[in-house]
Amino acid sequence: MARMKFVCDSERCIECNGCVTACKNENEVPWGVNRRRVVTLNDGVPGEKSISVACMHCSDAPCMAVCPVNCFYRTDEGVVLHDKDVCIGCGYCSYACPFGAPQFPSQGAFGVRGKMDKCTFCAGGPEENGSAAEFEKYGRNRLAEGKLPACAEMCSTKALLAGDGDVVAEIFRTRVVQRGKGAEVWGWGTAYGSQKAGKAPETGAKS
Amino acid sequence: MSKAIWGLALSCLALVACSEKPQTAGVPKSDTPAFTGTAGTAFAAPGWKAGDKTAWEQQLKARQLNSQNDYSRMN
Repeated sequence: MARMKFVCDSERCIECNGCVTACKNENEVPWGVNRRRVVTLNDGVPGEKSISVACMHCSDAPCMAVCPVNCFYRTDEGVVLHDKDVCIGCGYCSYACPFGAPQFPSQGAFGVRGKMDKCTFCAGGPEENGSAAEFEKYGRNRLAEGKLPACAEMCSTKALLAGDGDVVAEIFRTRVVQRGKGAEVWGWGTAYGSQKAGKAPETGAKS
Repeated sequence: MSKAIWGLALSCLALVACSEKPQTAGVPKSDTPAFTGTAGTAFAAPGWKAGDKTAWEQQLKARQLNSQNDYSRMN
């Protein structure tokens, strides 16, 4: 199986926030933490575009690179997960992430940062699959139930695609060919690499 | 002579107090692969056998194609 990937089709996203609600409900995400958000570009301007953003489970995840306690790990399917028992809540990952995925619950006085929380691709965490301990810390483990992430399965317009990267790419390619536009895939190059990723900017070009 | 030995022993003892305890970063616990299924089967999707990686992959692929590829569903 290829790597698990997310892609949001901005031609289809209608900013309904169904994915956000599905995620919060499925994983019982605490108040103040949004593992997934819908971002609208050029809001109010004709031709505005919306995209659903969460952890993209990057191929070369910057959060993993900067974590001082090495709490992140990657599953065989390419899902980037973390161990909350190891996390010290330093927040480095939130500065490193280009998608703003890592979230911190602001419980208690003075907004003390707790353990980091982020999208798990509905794959739980290092606790036993489907256990109460896993649900308490990370939410549902839908992958181990033979299901795909709730956000993508709930998306009413099928703008948000999740699953095997090859199948996701094939579905998206078919759509672009059929409609003849909208080939821009927001965040795909940043998360999964592109021909430009990692190279120095061209001379005179802004980085 | 014994004074010197006592002095050395005391200074060694004092220096031990200044030393640091070893700090090793915790390593994440190993995660069980998703294809092994869940502890309880109440919420598991039917049509695949827990522990069979190929069946699990086929299940996810079928679910993806059936639910997300509306061109194949409608045409």
